[in-house]
Amino acid sequence: MEDELSFSDIYGGRLALQRRHYSPSCREFCLSCPRLSLRSLTAVTCSVWLAAYGLFTLCENSMILSAAIFITLIGLLGYLHFVKIDQETLLIIDSLGIQMTSTYASGKESTTFIEMGKVKDVIINEAIYMQKVIYYLCILLNDPMEPNGISQVVPVFQSAKPRLDCLIEVYRSCQEILAHGKATSTSP
Amino acid sequence: MVLKAFFPTCCASADSGLLVGRWVPEQNSAVVLAVVHFPFIPIQVKELLAQVQQASGVGVAVLGTWCHRRQEPEESLGHFLEGLGAIFSHEPWLQLCRERGSKFWSCKATHRQVPTSPSAPGEDQVMLIFYDQRKVLLSQLHPPTALPDHQAGDATASTRGLAAVFDTVARSEALFRSDRFDEGLVRLSHWQSEGVEASILVELAKQASGPVCLLMAYLLSLISAASTCRVFKLWPLSFICSKLSTCEQLRHRLEQLTFIFSTQKAENASQLMRKANMLVSVLLDVALGLTLLSWLHGKDRIGQLADALVPVADWVAEELQHLLQWLMGAPAGLKMNRALDQVLGRFFLYHIHLWISYIHLMSPFIERILWHMGLSACLGLTVALSILSDIIALLTFHIYCFYVYGARLYCLKICGLSSLWRLFRGKKWNVLRQRVDSCSYDLDQLFIGTLLFTILVFLLPTTALYYLVFTLLRLLVVTVQGLIHLLVDLVNSLPLYALGLRLCRPYRLSAGVKFQVLEHEAGRPLRLLMQINPLPYNRVVHTYRLPSCGCHPKHSWGSLCRKLFFGELIYPWRQRGDKQD
Repeated sequence: MEDELSFSDIYGGRLALQRRHYSPSCREFCLSCPRLSLRSLTAVTCSVWLAAYGLFTLCENSMILSAAIFITLIGLLGYLHFVKIDQETLLIIDSLGIQMTSTYASGKESTTFIEMGKVKDVIINEAIYMQKVIYYLCILLNDPMEPNGISQVVPVFQSAKPRLDCLIEVYRSCQEILAHGKATSTSP
Repeated sequence: MVLKAFFPTCCASADSGLLVGRWVPEQNSAVVLAVVHFPFIPIQVKELLAQVQQASGVGVAVLGTWCHRRQEPEESLGHFLEGLGAIFSHEPWLQLCRERGSKFWSCKATHRQVPTSPSAPGEDQVMLIFYDQRKVLLSQLHPPTALPDHQAGDATASTRGLAAVFDTVARSEALFRSDRFDEGLVRLSHWQSEGVEASILVELAKQASGPVCLLMAYLLSLISAASTCRVFKLWPLSFICSKLSTCEQLRHRLEQLTFIFSTQKAENASQLMRKANMLVSVLLDVALGLTLLSWLHGKDRIGQLADALVPVADWVAEELQHLLQWLMGAPAGLKMNRALDQVLGRFFLYHIHLWISYIHLMSPFIERILWHMGLSACLGLTVALSILSDIIALLTFHIYCFYVYGARLYCLKICGLSSLWRLFRGKKWNVLRQRVDSCSYDLDQLFIGTLLFTILVFLLPTTALYYLVFTLLRLLVVTVQGLIHLLVDLVNSLPLYALGLRLCRPYRLSAGVKFQVLEHEAGRPLRLLMQINPLPYNRVVHTYRLPSCGCHPKHSWGSLCRKLFFGELIYPWRQRGDKQD
């Protein structure tokens, strides 16, 4: 079962949330970030090349122009491969764990898997981010030393940064699965 | 709770038979290791499993049945398989079935014993997780954080979570030794059933490594015995050897080679990785050194270098002379005390004169010495760089001497000033109580003390200027030497074998796992594919870094500034085991 909803992130950009319901114990949430806009790309490239041309008229060395082209290409490739995240996915499988995948614009995928034994709870927390107060979803991990303590807080959807309405949808589904897991684990 | 069945991808196309593996009750999961095919005799299967259990320590048992229906559905096979549940009793009994031409499987897990609460069914839901047996066998799991007190206790016995799956597969090698060409009593299907994997080169290397290790260990023991003989313990040689970084680097390399060629086998995986990293590092070092050697000895570069060396040393000495002439005049418009200025300036100029004569005395022998030192590059690039660093230290020895003279003079002056300043205010340093106490001085003591204090204060700028200039020069030389040492450290400690392994065989070093949900149909069990998540490069370097020489600056910036201000001598590159001055 699959459906798609449209939300916005904290800056007002459009996000698309795809929910896939595989079974009562397995759900996947896929958040697509806004793509790289042609306008900003053109603006950055033009400014870099204008600066290079200005330096060229000062120094009369054509190496500056080829260096500027080289830097622009390498910078764009590096940005697409290391910085720009296209999609963030949260896969929650009851009795196995929670998996978070980030897909970069160049296709690279970076995955983190947390076992269910380490997960204490999934909550929505507030944070002060620059001049805003934002909400974010995070996973609390158990502390093996202290039974009631928390060893780590792992934030989810860090680069997409959706608003509260999107987070509430994801939070409800996650809590359903965690409750389902607790119910079936207590009964033999 | 959902039952998790870990199924190897290699057995997905195998014929019908019995599922053999390990049941982990804490996580309600069954790790299937192999499939036993018909015909078999139950007694022989039980004997084989007992053998494997004894050899590996893993609790291998028959977990259930596997049915792969290639032709029309056979009812008799179904009943036969159900009957097997009575012979090999296991709780719960797993029944996996795959239809011909269908991607979706049917799984059932039945409990023999009826549970106490009537509402819970006798069957469990099953979740299928496919894993690549070969990759999981060869991979080494690196947990994210090593908990401080969980190290020694639960190393082998119980591993948490998914590490249990890795552990089970890795320790069950005894089960995977037979392939389908063996004339064994029991026919198994696993990742090696098409033929046991082996490599001729690896086998040859294993056979050859025994005698080679013995030979190299003997040679290295001879060399280390020669280096610890009495001659090197006598005072001049031991002092020089402790100051030269070449000796330190050679000693480090000797230790590493002794470790690599020791006749003891590596106890665990991390020791094996360390040996491999050291070996690759030594080989790369020697290869780079030989490249440097061939470059140096071609086109008479040694001769050119030797010809350039004496003029460079002359030029450095001349520039120092100009600097001193400038200091003896009115440097930067400051007014110096003429008499002291002349004394210090002439003293240092005489030293430079001595140094230039020494260099000119050595100049006929420079080329021979450089040629022989160039030969040492075949021991490795790190040795050549250490020799370069030592040559720089020797050529700038006069700068070091000037720094020491200037620092000692300045330090004496500061000590005198602080003590006389206390006298000026009527106080005294109490050595017994280590504090400043008031004291009543006689009039003549006060008079002489104030006089001396005034003299020292007015002579302070001159001494301070000389100290500042020579300290800056010394720091420049130290920076250059530091950069060379940094490069040597990099070559010494970079784990190249681990990086190469991460590049070419990423499944060998794993940080964890990742799951992918395969095509799903409602009503069918959930199917997942478990893949290995490789370790990121920065964690590879951090985990497998080799220990370096340990020649790191031991001062923080604050203590360095404090030492500079009070004129204490700084030794930034203390070698290991040196006593403090």
